[in-house]
Amino acid sequence: MAKTFKGGVHPPEAKVTAELAISGIELPERVIIPLSQHTGAPSVPIVKVGEKVLVGTKIAEADGFISVPVHASVSGEVKAISDYPHPLGRAMPAIEIESDGKNEWIDLSDWHDLTDASPDRIRQAVRGAGIVGLGGAAFPTHVKLSPPEGKSIDTVILNGAECEPYLTADHRLMLEHPDEILEGLRVIMRVLGARRGCIGIERNKPDAIQKMNEALGGENAIEVLDLKVKYPQGAEKQLIKAITGREVPCGGLPMDVGCLVQNVGTAYAIYEALKFGKPLVERVLTVSGCAAKRSGNFLVRIGTTFAHVVDKAGGMTEDCAKVIMGGPMMGIAQHTLGVPVVKGTSGIVLLSEAEISLEEPGPCLRCGACVDHCPMRLVPNEIARLVEKGHVKAAESYGLMDCMECGVCAYVCPSKINHVHLIKVGKSEVIARRKKESKKEG
Amino acid sequence: MSPLAVGPSPHIRQDLNIRGVMYAVVIALIPAAIGGVYFFGIRALFIMILASVAAIATEAICQKATRRAITISDGSALITGILLAFNLPPGVPYWLPIVGAVFAIAIAKIPFGGLGYNPLNPALAGRAFLLASWPVYMTAAWTAPSRGTLSGMNAITTATPLGVFKVARQILINPGAGADEMSRANSYLAELYSSASLKNLFFGNVGGCIGETSVILLLIGAAYLLIRGIICWRIPVSYIGTVALLTWMLGGKGLFHGYPLFHVLSGGLVLGAFFMATDMVTSPVTPKGKIVFGIGCGILTTVIRLYGGYPEGVSYSILIMNITVPLIDRYTRPRKLGEVGSS
Ligand code: SF4
Ligand code: SF4
Repeated sequence: MAKTFKGGVHPPEAKVTAELAISGIELPERVIIPLSQHTGAPSVPIVKVGEKVLVGTKIAEADGFISVPVHASVSGEVKAISDYPHPLGRAMPAIEIESDGKNEWIDLSDWHDLTDASPDRIRQAVRGAGIVGLGGAAFPTHVKLSPPEGKSIDTVILNGAECEPYLTADHRLMLEHPDEILEGLRVIMRVLGARRGCIGIERNKPDAIQKMNEALGGENAIEVLDLKVKYPQGAEKQLIKAITGREVPCGGLPMDVGCLVQNVGTAYAIYEALKFGKPLVERVLTVSGCAAKRSGNFLVRIGTTFAHVVDKAGGMTEDCAKVIMGGPMMGIAQHTLGVPVVKGTSGIVLLSEAEISLEEPGPCLRCGACVDHCPMRLVPNEIARLVEKGHVKAAESYGLMDCMECGVCAYVCPSKINHVHLIKVGKSEVIARRKKESKKEG
Repeated sequence: MSPLAVGPSPHIRQDLNIRGVMYAVVIALIPAAIGGVYFFGIRALFIMILASVAAIATEAICQKATRRAITISDGSALITGILLAFNLPPGVPYWLPIVGAVFAIAIAKIPFGGLGYNPLNPALAGRAFLLASWPVYMTAAWTAPSRGTLSGMNAITTATPLGVFKVARQILINPGAGADEMSRANSYLAELYSSASLKNLFFGNVGGCIGETSVILLLIGAAYLLIRGIICWRIPVSYIGTVALLTWMLGGKGLFHGYPLFHVLSGGLVLGAFFMATDMVTSPVTPKGKIVFGIGCGILTTVIRLYGGYPEGVSYSILIMNITVPLIDRYTRPRKLGEVGSS
């Protein structure tokens, strides 16, 4: 039996791009590189307008431990440092670079392979390359590689579940770069002193399972595990539960149960950074959706606008109703194609009118579907109701803060209630309150 | 290109909506509705139509009067109408279903906020109101099915099977009953429990409320709802299981001499367990809560049938359990993933 967790749903997979090899796209004439592409403090610019940069030039420095530097993704000239539309919503500071079309890289010829270096040197290099989790959350990877004193990690899980509909970037990476991914995993295991490594892949990717197994040979410490095809199989806590049987405590982190989860794309980026000194200036993403004229998996420079990517991929149809960064379950709807690709952009999904639901929310029927399917085993109908009525404290006692916003509840709800929206509203209220309280105390 | 929609995630939704749920239930009720007409004649059809039209009209009028959006097309009032008719004896006067439906919607549903907010199952509330106000019609307006007897047996034909059971049981547990009275009661029970009688109960060829008599037709509809995932097994199984267990334990002379199959097949249990106790709005949302709810219904139904003043107790049991739903939900919350301690 394939491993899995309790709850979840199985939306249409729509992995139409699974067979399409990763291809490059024409470089853009300009890129917009936001200073905030990761969870944590935004980076601080270290270039000036008018300065010439190469691909890989560090253009902004990390600010504090939970932060990473940012690098130029094209060669050319810094045009402006100002506010630009950001895929996470409001406008945020970014560095605009006009490309000189030469695609000149920084000199990496005297780079020494660091894959065998000391853990500290590796953490430093991973951070220096600006690497963050590429699955979407964009948490700085070096932080995850530095568990605090007293926490030991015995299991490293590479997430190859890719459970969101449409997305196939990780799938393609596993098919095309299995050895590099494995090498990345080995480095992570060594840095953390973990005994066991796992690569969890949903069963709808048998070719990837086979490829990874072949690449593995007979290595004992690492295992490829097939997972049931179910959303959100790739969510951290669900993945850990499925693979190790351990439950990350409420409010806790994977390291509390000795686990670390990294996306396969991140492992690949780690490998490239250590082996060749390559900073994170590009990533693989999927362009798909019923409103995409041509779908595919593309290697795209960070900072390329969605408009450029969509255009070069083949364009969109007339009836495109929603542009999503990420997958249709957890992704973020964009109001403009002017937003840039950031480190956490796993896909650009163009949904047609027919695909999106425009039905107004109705009254909760108390059908219990959301309760049955919630992978965190919450009572989403009650949480949503309480937030809507302004009883955020009561919602908290129902597990408001344990919600991972996977959207399963809203997906199954016959009344089309916007649980996730309400939950986000509730959470931000709680966070604001907690901040206030801690200020009072401090 | 039209402006891009920005809305909260998830951006895709399952097709099933409120109407889809409601009309699935309506479809599931059709076999039993046809059965009702087959067994009790065209009168049954009129009663169903009157109750449904009255329910829908009442909802429209109430919503119009309170300036709320008119939602009669969602199908929920139609279900209330059909279920109310299913719970009426076929011989009631034609105004009775109308009064019941008006009560169900105007008193038991709309004042609480309409669909989703009513604490009691509207159809059952309507039925309870009728039973309290016009007990004679509600307990005596039985008609025998066109091809059978009211009791589904030959020895006695003036009561429904549960009515016969009640009379016989009262004789048997009465210490002062005479010997030939006892033997008559025993022979009634023997015939009630005979395979011919059970067959009548299973197919619906007995007296009873319009939609409750045919177990097989109800099960066909229930299977449809189960397969479509509209209802789940928890409430019906725990409800019927509890009734079976308790009537086996307590339904005869001495412990474990009852005849559970008779109790499962007779009266409104199957209708109630699959179509009324499972009413989403008025039953718990948590998996464990559903089982608690079913067991509660089962205990109450058995108690009323064996010890209460009425031969049947399904409606009241469900109504009483409806009231406990908020409590059940509160105390049966699932254990969160990663939650330590109490389960
Ligand atoms: S409540 Fe949160 S965790 Fe549960 S299904 Fe909804 S979004 Fe997912
Ligand atoms: S799925 Fe929707 S209608 Fe059903 S209980 Fe949850 S919130 Fe209510």
